[in-house]
Amino acid sequence: MSFETPDDRRYLESHEWTTTDGDAVRFGISDFAQDELGDVVFVELPDAGDEVTAGEEFGVVESIKAVSDVYAPVSGEVVAVNEDLFDAPELLNQDPYGEGWLIEVEPAADADFDALLSPDDYRDQIE
Amino acid sequence: MARRKPPLHAVHEDRGARFTDFGGWDMPVEFDSIRTEHSAVREAAGIFDVSHMGEVEVAGPDATTLMQRLTTNDVTALDPGDSQYAAITDAEGVMHDDTVVYRLPDGTPAGEAADGRVAAGRNGDEPAYLFIPNAGHDDEAYARWVEYRDEHALDADVELTTGEWAMVAVQGPDAPELLFEATEVGSEGIESTAGGADAAAVRDLSKFEATHAAVAGVESWVARTGYTGEAGFEVLCPTPDAEAVWDAFDCQPCGLGARDTLRMEAGFLLSGQDFDPDEEPRTPYEARIGFAVKLDTEFVGRDALERQKEEGVDEKFVGVRLLDRGVPRGGYAVTDGPGGDADDAEDGEETTGAEIGHLTSGTMSPTLNEPIGLGYLRSEYANAGDRVGVVVRGEEKRAEVVIPPFIDT
Repeated sequence: MSFETPDDRRYLESHEWTTTDGDAVRFGISDFAQDELGDVVFVELPDAGDEVTAGEEFGVVESIKAVSDVYAPVSGEVVAVNEDLFDAPELLNQDPYGEGWLIEVEPAADADFDALLSPDDYRDQIE
Repeated sequence: MARRKPPLHAVHEDRGARFTDFGGWDMPVEFDSIRTEHSAVREAAGIFDVSHMGEVEVAGPDATTLMQRLTTNDVTALDPGDSQYAAITDAEGVMHDDTVVYRLPDGTPAGEAADGRVAAGRNGDEPAYLFIPNAGHDDEAYARWVEYRDEHALDADVELTTGEWAMVAVQGPDAPELLFEATEVGSEGIESTAGGADAAAVRDLSKFEATHAAVAGVESWVARTGYTGEAGFEVLCPTPDAEAVWDAFDCQPCGLGARDTLRMEAGFLLSGQDFDPDEEPRTPYEARIGFAVKLDTEFVGRDALERQKEEGVDEKFVGVRLLDRGVPRGGYAVTDGPGGDADDAEDGEETTGAEIGHLTSGTMSPTLNEPIGLGYLRSEYANAGDRVGVVVRGEEKRAEVVIPPFIDT
C-alpha cells in the first residue's frame, strides 16, 4: 500500500506533519498514521492561546480501536483549532492533509524546522 | 514463540487484511474498516474467521460426568445437537474461561468429530461433546479435563483438536439466508443430504442448536450461535476445507476489530479481558452470567458459588454510556460521579468522586455513535440509569449505568 506524503511539509517520526510557510503553520497527522489508526472517532486538542512544545504531546486522537497521543513538530502558540473535527472526526481519515488538520500554531522564534524529517526521510521510514 | 496461523491466513493476506496477535494467533483484525465491517453485520451480513477458537472433544461412558464436573451449566439438559454457554471455574468459583458446549451425535469418538456424520455411531451410543475454549486457552482446558478425568478415574476420551478444525462465523440479519443457500447442495458422499435435506435441517435450528450439514459440499458442524448479538451461525469444518467454506459466503469479511465492537454492544464478555484468573479474577455472578450456573449440579467451584449467591456480590459487571465527549477504555476508573455540573468536568477539574469500580472494555459504539464501556462497579451503583463518572486521562466524565446489551438483540 502506498501513502500520500506531500512534498510541501516536514514530518515527525511519530507521524505528525507541519506546514513550513507563513506566519502560522498547521499541524496534522500523516496519511500513514490515519490508516494505521483506522476509523477516528474522537479528537482532543488544546485551546487557542495555549503553548505547545516541540516533541511534546499536544492532543489525543482516538480511533475505534486505539488511543494515540499527537506530538508537536515545533514549539509555538496555538492560534486556531480545527473545531470541525469535534463533530466530524472522520475528516482525519478522509483528508489528513487538508480538512483533517489539527491546530494552527504561530511558531516560536527558535522553532527549528530543519530538525524535522524531510518528505523523503519520512517516506523511507514508513516504507 | 511463533504465532499460530489460521488455515485461511494466506487468503486474508491476499484480501489485504491487517493482522494482530490474539491469544498467540496471527489473526485478521481489519479487512476494510471496523465501522464498515461492523455495519455490515448489523445491517446485512459479515463473515469472520474464528479458527483461533479452541476445540476439545470428549466422549465415552463418563463423558457427561466429566463435562458436568468441569463446567457450570447443566450438561444433562443437552440432547445431541443442543449446545449451551458455560463457565469453567476453579474451586473458588473464579472463571478461567467461558465456552460453548455442543453435544455431538452419540457414538462420535473423541478426535473424530471433524469426519462429520460418518463418525457418529462408531462408538456405539456413548455420549460425545465438543466444547470451544477461547483462543490460547485450549491447552489449559485440555490439561484440566485430562487431569480431572485421571484423578477421578473417569472413563472418557479427551482430545485436543484445535488444529483439525477451521471455524467461521456468519452473522447478521441476512446470515440465515446465506446459510440456507450454502447448505442447499448437500454432500456428495452422503445420500440423505440430497434434495436440500441439509438446508432444511439448518433452517430448523433454533438458537443454540447445531447439526451436521454440508456447507458448499464440505461436511461441517453448523451451529446457530454467535458473538455479535445478531442472528447467525458458526460453522466448524475440517481445516483443509476452510477455503471452500469461506468462499461459499458472499458477504463482508470482518476482522477481530469489528468482532470486539459488536460483542461490546451486545454486552458479551471477552475472556482474558473482562475476566481473567490472574488480572481480573471474577465469578460468574459478578460477571452477570449466573444464568449459566446450575447450583443443583456438581461441579468444581459450586460450593464457593453457592456461598456467594447467598451472600451477594460486592461488584457487578455493567455497561456505562458516557454523557460527555470522550471514549471509555479498559482500565479506566469509575467514580461515584463528578462533584459539580458538566461544565466543571469539561474544564478538567480534579477528580472529586470516590472510586467505585473500573472498566475492562470500551469503545465508541459504531451502531449508536456513543461512547460505551463495560466493567465492574460496586453493586449499589450497578443499577440502570445511575449516574457515575469515568476518569478519562485524569478528567472525570459524566456517565450513566446501562445494563447491557446496549442494542436490541
